[in-house]
Amino acid sequence: MTVRLDDTTAAQVSTAIDQERFRQGSSAVGRVLTLVIVADEATQADAVRSAAEAAREHPSRILVAIPRPGRGPARLDAEVSVGGVDGLGELAELRLRGPLAHHAASVVLPLLVPDAPVVVWWPSRAPDVPSDDPVGRLAQRRITDSGQGPRPLKDLDQRRHGYRAGDTDLAWTRLTPWRALLASALDQPTDPVVSASVSFQRHNPSGVLLAAWLQRGLGVPVDTHTSRGPGITAVTLRTGHGDIVVNRADGRIARMTRPGYPVREAPLKRRSLEALIAEELRRLDPDEVYGETLSELPRVQGFVAAPAPSRGGTFRQPDDDGADGTDLSSGASRRTASAPTTKAPAQKKAAKKTAATTARAKKVAAQPAKKTAATKPSSPRTGARTTSKAPR
Amino acid sequence: MPVRLWTPAEGANPLRDPRDRRLPRIAGPCSLVMFGVTGDLARKKLMPAVYDLANRGLLPPGFALVGFARRDWVDQDFAAIVHDSVREHARTEFREDTWQELCKGIRFVAGDINDDSAFDQLAQTVMDLDRVRGTRGNHAFYLSIPPKFFAPVVQQLKRSGLSASGDGAWRRVVIEKPFGHDLASARELNETIGEVFPSGSVFRIDHYLGKETVQNLLALRFANTMFEPIWNANYVDHVQITMAEDIGIGGRAGYYDGIGAARDVIQNHLLQLLALTAMEEPLSFRANDVRIEKEKVLAALTLPDDLDMHTSRGQYAAGWQGGEPVIGYLEETGISPTSTTETFAAVRLGVDTRRWAGVPFYLRTGKRLGRRVTELAIVFKRAPHLPFSATDTEELGQNAFVVRIQPDEGVTMRFGSKVPGTQMEVRDVNMDFAYGDSFTESSPEAYERLILDVLLGDPPLFPRHEEVELGWTILDPVIEHWAESGKPEQYESGTWGPRSSHEMIWRDGRSWRRP
Repeated sequence: MTVRLDDTTAAQVSTAIDQERFRQGSSAVGRVLTLVIVADEATQADAVRSAAEAAREHPSRILVAIPRPGRGPARLDAEVSVGGVDGLGELAELRLRGPLAHHAASVVLPLLVPDAPVVVWWPSRAPDVPSDDPVGRLAQRRITDSGQGPRPLKDLDQRRHGYRAGDTDLAWTRLTPWRALLASALDQPTDPVVSASVSFQRHNPSGVLLAAWLQRGLGVPVDTHTSRGPGITAVTLRTGHGDIVVNRADGRIARMTRPGYPVREAPLKRRSLEALIAEELRRLDPDEVYGETLSELPRVQGFVAAPAPSRGGTFRQPDDDGADGTDLSSGASRRTASAPTTKAPAQKKAAKKTAATTARAKKVAAQPAKKTAATKPSSPRTGARTTSKAPR
Repeated sequence: MPVRLWTPAEGANPLRDPRDRRLPRIAGPCSLVMFGVTGDLARKKLMPAVYDLANRGLLPPGFALVGFARRDWVDQDFAAIVHDSVREHARTEFREDTWQELCKGIRFVAGDINDDSAFDQLAQTVMDLDRVRGTRGNHAFYLSIPPKFFAPVVQQLKRSGLSASGDGAWRRVVIEKPFGHDLASARELNETIGEVFPSGSVFRIDHYLGKETVQNLLALRFANTMFEPIWNANYVDHVQITMAEDIGIGGRAGYYDGIGAARDVIQNHLLQLLALTAMEEPLSFRANDVRIEKEKVLAALTLPDDLDMHTSRGQYAAGWQGGEPVIGYLEETGISPTSTTETFAAVRLGVDTRRWAGVPFYLRTGKRLGRRVTELAIVFKRAPHLPFSATDTEELGQNAFVVRIQPDEGVTMRFGSKVPGTQMEVRDVNMDFAYGDSFTESSPEAYERLILDVLLGDPPLFPRHEEVELGWTILDPVIEHWAESGKPEQYESGTWGPRSSHEMIWRDGRSWRRP
């Protein structure tokens, strides 16, 4: 049952939710959190559907703030539905028109479930520093999605600059099955890993994060390669007694090879948005490992980090060769090696490691450029696009 | 929040960070060898649980599932059986990719339990799996078979060398209740299995302990401040633990007759629930620490002096159950008309500790009762003084804290509240809490959790033989007493048990909750 409230106020929306709930006789449902979705009209439908699915696991009040800035007067239009057929708890879609578009927090605040945790999710565009955003400030968990924008790696770099405890990004969430599989590979007795490599689709933020996570966890250089995708396609962990290789060429099945074992396969499917959101809502405390992985980014081979606070950062892979006629190998090495010295103010942890990691980054970047498993035939068009992504 | 009952040993794996709670633990290379694959449990619960685990990415690459049964099947026939059971009963969506991968590791060995060559072939199959699927000599044997076959199967596993693990590998055995039918047989069973498998490799499944709400009971008790201070004889009047089924014995006559409700349910499920309710705070949630506390409670249990007055048993008679006519126990196929097996059992137990002195624990279970429900109710004492007139509080009962274990998992609190209106009138109300929805894929089935724990080698949710033996110690005198006292009382199907079950609690000035 949906109730439409045109030109309304937050108090009226709150009353409408309570009345609907009472009318259905479910006045004591367990709402464990409020999920605020800040989205535009184009992305909100998918996001709401996924959130509603996730609400089956985490009964929530879902508030969708849809800013509609424009010349007209400030006005709030709302649609409230409670107890939908698919297990969804409470949903309020809030269209914020005119100047109100810039004051979403004033509408959201009175509608939060008392005392329960608040999670904010920006399905597409996110503020530069989510925790400084007026809506973001209301939440202890702030979900962004670097993979969705037109410039994923710049967005990812921005996430690094803007990171505060409680931030998380779906590009990181998408990695969980990969990380679980790789971690479980090392649960078995293994020789120490001496180096690693990750291959992934061009501009895939999850691939870069995976490289950063491996580099941070293993303390060894990780080289990166571009592949045709989809997403991440291969990870190699090199040990003194042979390589552990996980290959996922089709985005569905992982083939794992390692010394002493036959080739083994396991499903490693790319996950749906609702699965990602459900995972995010499972734990609401700060994800320190994500934060530390972000601060490892400048030392990932080929990742070009921008100094804070400009909106920059791109990715130039050593095997991205030739198309635009520049010497990419030296270009990448110069930028990569210089990255740790351009410390962002936010990066206190990274600063401690500078001496060691600078040396390591130099060594990594100095590797021959063409030592690559999956070379992507690059077209002039791709090359041009890559160039345009250089930091301004 | 469900509690994880252990602290994973993070060891030296550089990719595991204790703060990284996103990463699930995935079982290492292994296979699961199932005996009794044609049974109901295997088809409705175990096979779907294996598939669901695979679908959630919690099984290792190269996982293998081996079936053993007296059927003239080849691998594909068994795979078809698994496929059908997964399609019908799995909780997660059916994905062709997951199925295809699982299917590649499915093997079947045909043979009889007394057939040496069949077990030799099983040993060969398992060795082939190590080579082809990389299971590294890690194999779990799930005995989903009647207990009388435990001993011969275990002996066969020993004879064929299947029970011996190589260097750095493991062999585990999983058994289902009943763990014996009295103390002597439980000890004998333990010895039989203990000859072949060390005690750390024996996993006794009590699927109740895999349920989210049961684990949540520990979180409620030990993670909060508002319940533990009143969780004792000062405030608690009594405790009721009920496990009611609305079905009869169905096709399980061979299993059920001679066993009965007390052995089938009270000895394991209800005593485990009692132990978790009554135990002191464990030092940690490691297997050993929890077990120590549970064993202390089980060892402190006392029986009433007069068993006739404070226990009850019954057999369901014909009647109407939820709108359908049903037959009585003695009319079921395969049941002797003179059977004295009880289908309803209730006992009053005491816990001889300072915390629970004088607080009776009433346990009841039965088939063909009013509805299917399992719950645990803590009923509190009345307030020592009520500043209302007697007529104001006529409808005020005792406060209660109810943990609903199935089918509608959650917690109910029952307390008095003023009836709206100009008069002061206090009446009992319920406050319900339901976390999650047991119909979605998000809440894993108990068997999923338990199978994964077997493959990971995590023992906290599995009762140890000491607990099993303590259970029999308390129950044996009751069962012996009943055996000497003639036939159980008949109760009409679809009701809440025989009259004697109500009388045993009325005698104490209390009554059963209608769950």
